[in-house]
Order: sequence, then structure tokens, then C-alpha cells
Amino acid sequence: MLTIANVSRVFESESGQVEALRNINLEVFDKEFLCFIGPSGCGKTTLLRIVAGLDQPTSGEVFLEGKTIKSPDPERGMVFQEYSLFPWRTIIDNIAFGLEMKGESKEKRRRIALKYLELVGLEAFERSYPYELSGGMRQRVAIARALANDPKVLLMDEPFGSVDAQTRNFLQGELLRIWCETRKTVLFITHSIDEAVYLADRVVVLSARPGQIREIIKVDLERPRLRTSVEVNVVRERLLGLLGEEQARGCGETVCWTGI
Amino acid sequence: MISAIRRYGVEITSLCVAVVIWQLTAPYVTRGDFTLPGFTDVLASFFSLWDVMITDAATSLLHFGIGMAAGICVAIPLGVGMGWFRVIDRIFDPIIEILRPIPPLAWIPFAIVFIGLTHTSAGTIVFIGAVFPILLNTYQGFRNVPKVLIEAAMVLGCTRNYDLIRKVAFPSAIPDIATGIRVAMGVAWMCVVAAEMFGVSTTGIGYKISHWMHLYRMDHVMAYMLLLGFIALFINRAFRFLIVERLSRWRKGVVA
Ligand SMILES: Nc1ncnc2c1ncn2[C@@H]1O[C@H](COP(=O)(O)OP(=O)(O)O)[C@@H](O)[C@H]1O
Ligand SMILES: [Mg+2]
Repeated sequence: MLTIANVSRVFESESGQVEALRNINLEVFDKEFLCFIGPSGCGKTTLLRIVAGLDQPTSGEVFLEGKTIKSPDPERGMVFQEYSLFPWRTIIDNIAFGLEMKGESKEKRRRIALKYLELVGLEAFERSYPYELSGGMRQRVAIARALANDPKVLLMDEPFGSVDAQTRNFLQGELLRIWCETRKTVLFITHSIDEAVYLADRVVVLSARPGQIREIIKVDLERPRLRTSVEVNVVRERLLGLLGEEQARGCGETVCWTGI
Repeated sequence: MISAIRRYGVEITSLCVAVVIWQLTAPYVTRGDFTLPGFTDVLASFFSLWDVMITDAATSLLHFGIGMAAGICVAIPLGVGMGWFRVIDRIFDPIIEILRPIPPLAWIPFAIVFIGLTHTSAGTIVFIGAVFPILLNTYQGFRNVPKVLIEAAMVLGCTRNYDLIRKVAFPSAIPDIATGIRVAMGVAWMCVVAAEMFGVSTTGIGYKISHWMHLYRMDHVMAYMLLLGFIALFINRAFRFLIVERLSRWRKGVVA
């Protein structure tokens, strides 16, 4: 169980203080697929970075199975919004990076890395370098790289934000398949209501800055979900309404949410 | 042979035409008693001086090697330290900012007085020329490591400075370091010649250029000049072949 307890984060900058997150309280169940959605600049990335241990909350704490999170740890894998593969490593060596850090033997590294390479369906690119892969493929490798460490929690920050809509739909399906096979707790940030409804067990709607939890919506639908079904659209409608309000509030404060 | 001519026809023709023009115009380029040496004169110089030229080239390469090796050994660790640790940056930055603008050749008197007319002395001048380009590029390479790569590594369990430098920052900076070394080699070769010409050494190509000038043998001077150019060309090509292409396969075309 991952517990986010009273987390606030205020950034100090030359132009003054920016309150990114205010009093976030949340319990994430094991093996749950949780999506975060909210206007841009509302602190989604900040929250995920705090859970990863890459940033510290100004107040409050995050616990994973009762232990406070203080620094990055392989038990929490992360997939970044930007491309984050090591360009000087081949695909297989990228996936094996975490295992290398753990000090696993060469054969074991290769065996496990190959397993995850197959899981994301990119066996053919074992010896390629990242620049030879498309954006969507790179994110799949990034997912494999995070999973190869066998983390308890997988953190994903708009991983499909910069791929085209068609590929995106495909990648969402792939992600669900991988999630079903590996059964991790997933915290997934998205800009897209569509994506959230398609993927999530629960959707956390964040308010415009300072980010607070506006509402948590349970999506109790069988997978695979049909993007065009009535039930899916009921949830979409609800999220659209909530985000519309937040967008209006956000625009009053110079930040504007643009994407759906 | 035939296929080479077909592929490089334009280049070969261009070179030949340049040589012919040189040969034909040289007798008319005069000043006082001097006439510009023609292509055949220089060729003759090459033949008559070939044996000494080899020793001279070896000596100059020794000076070059000493300076470059010392430059790499000092500049890369220092650049890594300064690029990664803020404190080290702050400690060394003011000193470097003051020393760096001093042209390497200005150190020649000190090299002569404190080290004497030895290979080390010439190597020292070369070192001063080589160290700053490598240092600056290494530093730059380390500063420019994408933050997301560092964070990705940290999340994957690579959290100690030593590991982050070795596994992430250094590989990421390799193209910059290679650029630094290439720039340094250009400067270093210049320093070799200058140091030898200005008397830090009594051997080497630079020394011979000034030696033959004092004897008014401009054909020999020109032969040594061409030798300098050929060696530099060769070093540059070899470096490209050995290092840049191998280390930067992953960065196809980014490193020029
Ligand atoms: N390192 C930082 N320093 C100062 N302000 C920051 C920093 N990181 C994020 N912020 C600010 O915090 C707010 C939330 O950012 P972020 O978490 O990236 O939002 P989101 O991911 O929801 O778009 C933004 O207004 C951003 O400008
Ligand atoms: Mg973000």
C-alpha cells in the first residue's frame, strides 16, 4: 500500500513562491491502476517526483508499506515524459541497466532483459541504439527498463504524451496487457480523459494550482473497455465537466489547460 | 586505380592543377636574391632530407605526445570534478580564468629557464596549449548531461556520485570530450612548432624550419612545412577513425 499523507510542496523561486501541491491525501491500493488528471501546471509531475523520491515535499510524507520515502529506489520505477533512454547504450543494455546496478551476473542480466524486451514486443531491436527507434518504441523500452527492476510501484508521467493518437491507442492496449501480466501498482499521469477512462481503476482529478484532490472517480468497468461504449462515455462526461471547471479556474490564474 | 580515378577524379585533377600552377609560377615570384621554390625543388628536398626528416618528425611527435598525454591526464579528471562538484568548480574556476588567456607561447621563457632545453620543456608548452580545450569541453559535456538521464539512472538504483559519473555523465560527455581532444590536438601541433622554433628545443621540425631559414634554404623550409601539414592531417584522420567513430556510434553524425 502506498500512502500519500498531507503532502504539500512550495517552490521558492526568484519571482516568489509557487505553491504546487496543497494537502494531498491519498491511499493507493496494491496492484491498482491509478490515473491522475488535471490542468497543466497543477503539480502532477511534482507529485510523481515526490513519490519517486526525486523531490521532497515541503510538508507531509509518502509511505510505501509503512516506510517513509526519502530518496529514489529501484522499488519504485519511473517512466518519464521526455525520452530518457541512455543514447549510448543498446536497447538491451538500457533494459539491463538497473540489473547492472544491482550487481547481477551477466547471464542473468541478459536473460531478464530479454524477457522484458519480449514483453514489450521489441525483440528485433535488441542491438539497436535508441536513435534508431520511434518515439512510441522508446517509451516501450523505457517501460521494459523500469519493469526489469521488478519494482513494487510503476510511476508513469504522461509517457505517451508525445506520440501520435493512433500509436497512443495501441500503446495503451499494450500497457494494459503488460500490467495484467506483471500486476504492478501503477500511478499514471495523463492529459487525456480518454486515456484515463480507458486505463484506470480510479481517476484522481486534481484542481488547478495549487494542486489539490478535487475528486476521485472509480471506473468500475470490465477490461478491455470499448472506447465508444455508453458506460465509458458516462465517465468521460463526468470528467469533462470536472476538468472544465478547473480549466476555467486555471485560466483566471494565467495557466491555461489546453489538451484533452 | 581506375575506380579511384573515377571516384575522386575532380579532387585529383584539382590537386594536379594546383601543383602545375605552382611549378609554373614559382620562378616569377622573386624578392631580391630569393625565388619561390617550385614543386620539383621541394620534391628534391624531400629526397635529400628524408632520413633526417624522419628523426625530426619523431622528435616533434614525442613533444606532441608528452604534451597531449599530460593534457589529457590533467584536463579530463579536473573537468569531470569541476563539472560534477560545485565546490571543485568554485575552487579552480578563478585560477583557470586567469591562466587560460595567457597564450601558451608566453610560457616559453619559463620553460627554458626552469626546465632547460629538453623534450620535457617543449612538452610543457604543448601541454599548456592542450590542457584548456580539453578541460573546457569536458566541463561543458558534464554540465550538459540531460537532467532526465541522471534522474532515470537514480530511479534505477544508480545513486552514488561515482556510479552516476561512470555510468551516465561520462558516457554522455564523451562526444564533447572527443571534440576537446581534437581542438587540443590542433593547438598542440601549433605549440610544437612554435616551441621548437623559439628555441625550447634543438631538434624537431620547428627547429629545422628556423634552422634552414637562417641558411636561406627556402626549399627545405617548404619541405618541412609540408611535412607538418601531412602529419597533422594524418593525426586528425587517425583520431577520427579510432575514437570518434567508435565511441560515438550512438550519436551518428552529431560529432563532426
Ligand atoms: N523545480 C521547480 N522550481 C520552481 N517551480 C517549479 C519547479 N518544478 C515545478 N515548478 C512549478 O510547479 C508547478 C507544477 O509543476 P508540474 O508538477 O510540472 O505540473 P504538471 O506536471 O501538472 O504540468 C508549475 O507551476 C511549475 O512552474
Ligand atoms: Mg508534467
